[in-house]
Amino acid sequence: MNTISPFETVLRGIAITLVILFFMFPIFWIVLMSFQTNATILQVPPSIFFEPTLQNYRGLITGQLVTDTSSLEIRFMSNLFNSLFLSTASVAVGLMLGVPAAYAFARLKFRGSEDIAFTLLSFRFAPPLLVLLPLTIYFQQLGLANTYGGLIWVYQLIVLPLILWIVRGYFEDIPADIEYAYRIAGHRWWTTFRKIALPLAGPGIAAAALLAFIFAWNNFVFALVLASADKQPVTVGALAFITASGVQYGQIAAGIILSIAPTFALALYAQRYLVEGLSLGAVKG
Amino acid sequence: MSDATHSGFPKRRFKVSRRMLPYVLSLPALLVCIGILIPFVTAVLYSLQRYRLSQPWARKWNWGENYWNFLSDDSFWNTLKVSMTYAFTTVGIELLLGLGIALLLQKRTKFNNFVSIMLLMPLMTAPALAALMWKLMTNPGFGILSYFAGLLGFEDFNWASDPQTAMLTVVIVDVWVYTPFIMILLLAGLRSLPQQPFEAAALDGVPRWFVFYRITLPMLTPFLLTAVLFRMIESIQQFDIIYAMTQGGPGDALTVFQVEAYLNFFQSTNVGRSAALMMILWAITYFLSNIFIKNWLRLRERQRGEA
Repeated sequence: MNTISPFETVLRGIAITLVILFFMFPIFWIVLMSFQTNATILQVPPSIFFEPTLQNYRGLITGQLVTDTSSLEIRFMSNLFNSLFLSTASVAVGLMLGVPAAYAFARLKFRGSEDIAFTLLSFRFAPPLLVLLPLTIYFQQLGLANTYGGLIWVYQLIVLPLILWIVRGYFEDIPADIEYAYRIAGHRWWTTFRKIALPLAGPGIAAAALLAFIFAWNNFVFALVLASADKQPVTVGALAFITASGVQYGQIAAGIILSIAPTFALALYAQRYLVEGLSLGAVKG
Repeated sequence: MSDATHSGFPKRRFKVSRRMLPYVLSLPALLVCIGILIPFVTAVLYSLQRYRLSQPWARKWNWGENYWNFLSDDSFWNTLKVSMTYAFTTVGIELLLGLGIALLLQKRTKFNNFVSIMLLMPLMTAPALAALMWKLMTNPGFGILSYFAGLLGFEDFNWASDPQTAMLTVVIVDVWVYTPFIMILLLAGLRSLPQQPFEAAALDGVPRWFVFYRITLPMLTPFLLTAVLFRMIESIQQFDIIYAMTQGGPGDALTVFQVEAYLNFFQSTNVGRSAALMMILWAITYFLSNIFIKNWLRLRERQRGEA
């Protein structure tokens, strides 16, 4: 059988260490920065020993950016709220639209269903700006520019294909006979869908919702093009924040940490759904 | 797969509603998407017009002129070159690195599972924010990486603000964010492979490199193909990382398709050229995504058949 030589064990150890270093160091470093004052950040050579301070986080949460010379209002917390609201609402709308459609595609094969499902999936791969640039002009005419409603609608571009295709795979895996048996027992279609199909596809719906939320949260370009400052999520807000605050590096780092913490927490909490969702259901986690 | 015309189905009572049901169920999703198809058609029309937001009076049909002009337009060829360089370098590095890490973590041990979960963190980071993180680390004044570069003898290594190294910098960020995607897909693939061929090879004392090239790689090919195509489609459209890092600069060092189209639209307000650029990018991704979807459907079918 395969015996692994001590030499190889050492090599593997080194390789794993390098991998962890490369992928974890940036997060570690930005976390450190977020607890430093500008003075310690600007120190040369950089040091990992410093007196931690919470002033960056305090500044972001209270909305007052205090510098040596002046005080500046920042709306980072409203960016955070926008991210939360836009992502949650988009996923909710996406589930309401996508789950019934996924069921229709999986269970009730109808004329053109494959073509339609295919077209919907290919939306996932079209360049977003292709649609977004003309949309800016339409949104202005329709009064949808810089509204939550308009943004949630456009977010369906990311959310809907994902939900449709992952959930559809789950419905296809459920033997249809269970539903037929329930129907023969005299239950209505809607009851069957609610009591049998939905709970059985539960894990798939959870995986799709989780992934859709993360993608919506991480989206940048939709809001960059269609939202102004008061509706911007953190991804766009952080970029504007850098230009506005200039040299408040500790606060920028704290802002980045606050913006990525929710997706990290979600991913850790629901890790078993991630693999399957990420591969669009091609690989069982 | 049994379908709606199952024999035990109580047909008569539901006849009308059953025929309409799939349409009723999928209609809302379709309507939302049709709303998105309209701007797509508009983009096609724009790409066939001379249309500048700054000169609305001069708007007129010029048919293929926007496309025709690309042939003699250096900045278009630069966009094509930069986009291709970006896509091929990022996907190439990510594939090798992702495969290597997947092989390292293949055994299902507690430690390996823990590491693979940790490595998902960069993938959960919004690409635009990841770019900002690296921007802080490569700041010439206090960036830790600029400091390290200085220690290694590269004084004044300017990362993204130097046209020579701007591409390198954004490629590193892309590799940092997306390698875990390839890694996680290949890891799942590796772990789902049937064990018999490996056991047989081990019994016969087949050298391990031979097992890798002749058994592991061929059996992993569908996964590799899925991962590479998927990343290729995304990478050639990259916008977030590059825009957040340098907005396409310095100069035209990083004006990939979407960044160039964005700048054309909002800065030079040349809607026609912007739309034509997007159409060309769309043609490339459409071609790639058709291959991807077919390959992926086959893979999914096979995986679910085995499960």
